[in-house]
Amino acid sequence: MRIADAVSSYSDDEAIFRTRTQRVWMGILLACLLAFPFVVSPYLLFLGCLIGIAVISATGLNILVGLTGQISLGQGAFMGVGAYTSVWLANQFALSLAVTLPLAGLLTALVGVIVGLPSLRVKGLYLAIATMAASVILHFVFVHWESVTAGNLGLNLQHAKLFGMELDSDFKLYFVIIPLALIAVTGARNLLRTRIGRAFIAVRDRDISAEVLGVNLLRYKLLSFGLSSFYAGCAGALWAYFFKVITPESFPLEVSIFYLAAIIVGGMGTILGPILGAAFMTLVPEMLKVLTLLLEPIIANAQVHLAPMKGVVFGILIVGFLLFEPHGLAEIWRKIQRFFRLWPFKT
Amino acid sequence: MDWLFFIESSLAGLCTGAIYALVALGFVIIYKATKVINFAIGEIMMISAYFFLTFAGIFAWPLWLALPAAVVSGGLLGGLTEKTIIRPMLGESPISVIMVTIGLSNILVGTAQIIWGGGPQVLPGFLPRQPIFLGEIYVSSKIAFSALIAVAMLICYLLYFRFSRGGVALRATASDQAASFSMGISVPRVFNFAWIFGCMATALAGILFSASGGLSPHSGGMALAILVVVIFGGLDSILGALVGGLIIGWLETIVGAFWGGEYKMLAIFTLLTLILVIKPYGLFGTKEIERL
Repeated sequence: MRIADAVSSYSDDEAIFRTRTQRVWMGILLACLLAFPFVVSPYLLFLGCLIGIAVISATGLNILVGLTGQISLGQGAFMGVGAYTSVWLANQFALSLAVTLPLAGLLTALVGVIVGLPSLRVKGLYLAIATMAASVILHFVFVHWESVTAGNLGLNLQHAKLFGMELDSDFKLYFVIIPLALIAVTGARNLLRTRIGRAFIAVRDRDISAEVLGVNLLRYKLLSFGLSSFYAGCAGALWAYFFKVITPESFPLEVSIFYLAAIIVGGMGTILGPILGAAFMTLVPEMLKVLTLLLEPIIANAQVHLAPMKGVVFGILIVGFLLFEPHGLAEIWRKIQRFFRLWPFKT
Repeated sequence: MDWLFFIESSLAGLCTGAIYALVALGFVIIYKATKVINFAIGEIMMISAYFFLTFAGIFAWPLWLALPAAVVSGGLLGGLTEKTIIRPMLGESPISVIMVTIGLSNILVGTAQIIWGGGPQVLPGFLPRQPIFLGEIYVSSKIAFSALIAVAMLICYLLYFRFSRGGVALRATASDQAASFSMGISVPRVFNFAWIFGCMATALAGILFSASGGLSPHSGGMALAILVVVIFGGLDSILGALVGGLIIGWLETIVGAFWGGEYKMLAIFTLLTLILVIKPYGLFGTKEIERL
């Protein structure tokens, strides 16, 4: 039981890990992540990689939506930009992942900044629709810029190369994806402690007040779009390396909605939220699949209803969380922590 | 350029635009009264068309009963939505409210797939089929009659909002909620009423669309164009909805006819981006003035 933490300096108060317990638990988590691929089945390893990619993208979207308060329906299309960039670079120049990934991120960041330009004049719904327009236009580019994207046929990709090594299995990719996800999350966490992060939050809470206080709206809104798209571009590039084939249909509007749902279910504006949300939303369809397999003997052709049920459950999760737990899974996690912290006193 | 083809396409486009205007009107009514952006509008259109399919096709009710019953069911679905999931979201951030309607649209698509199956279906024909010729100009009678019905409904709505008690209450609430509440208007009831009326217009438009375009659980995707219409015309402007509907419907059909279907979305979304840059609040929308 730990009732309060005594901190004696401001930097202690702002530290990422404030107590030794936290550091120990973090160490245990890292050890588990390291041991994970050695003990689990290939299917779970596949899911682990998928969650890692989703965490990167959701963390990026959270910077834009959760911290800066700008609604974006373009995350899926941004991931597409990152994926196409990395595939094109890898196929054209046989570059290694260490080069294509940052380049994909940077180009996507540039696209993100351009898409973010309307955010200076419009906000709320108007901005949501403007980003949706951008995602429709980008989709059109994916289909019609055939010399680069090969149109509807899509592109294939060789195994990723990194430092002269072929990443030819999920096992090896896992050790690229998970460290990158950790870096992404740590980056977002540290961002919160800087002037930039505080400026983002000020813009979210009241943009006019922020401007009065000396936050340059133009700069910070575009920076937020750029950062968020950088994350999306990296996630898209990893997605391409993971699945080895991309088509324009890999990144529909539903992907953007999926990530918005993930950060809402996880808890917007927190660091833990996108991680929990991305993992949860990736796992729910898989759990449904297991459930239908179990129900198969009881209900005839339960399989047929799997796809529609996925949609219904997805919708119910969004609506349910917004109505009953608007701060998401992160808040539930905090409640559990508080319960144990106060355990013998508060029952 | 083939002028005859251009005029024919323009007429077809304006007819489609009239239906767009009807949906956009439903959208604007809901937005004006409750400040809620309804992303589930396409799915409400789709579900209402399935209601009509059930009433007219499976129960074999006559048209005069099935059509109003489907429209009213669509409206009641809207009212129910408002009562159960929109009302508790009052005062939440726009992101949350938008996501609630997106969640609703997912639920509706899944439900439609479970109840009516995932495949495309054809509505029982209730529109005349023989082509109409205005001189040399050919007009598909299905689309023309859909447009006539849509325009009739639009006129009813406009008259209703101009002259009836309910319409006045709705306009009063839209302009100042606190003042209307203190004048004895039950604002919560107006919210509910706006959703019912908005969704009735949407429902009729959904049935008209599906009558000429076919129906499947995913046909709600057509509502992307409606979002463009309302932003183009201005979110809170009924005039904007009417003008925007006609312009977007016309543009979409012309682009589709001359360049091909895949350019439709590109054209309307490019126009939308331009409008947002030049006139951020649409053609007739009210500019929001913010104070600290």
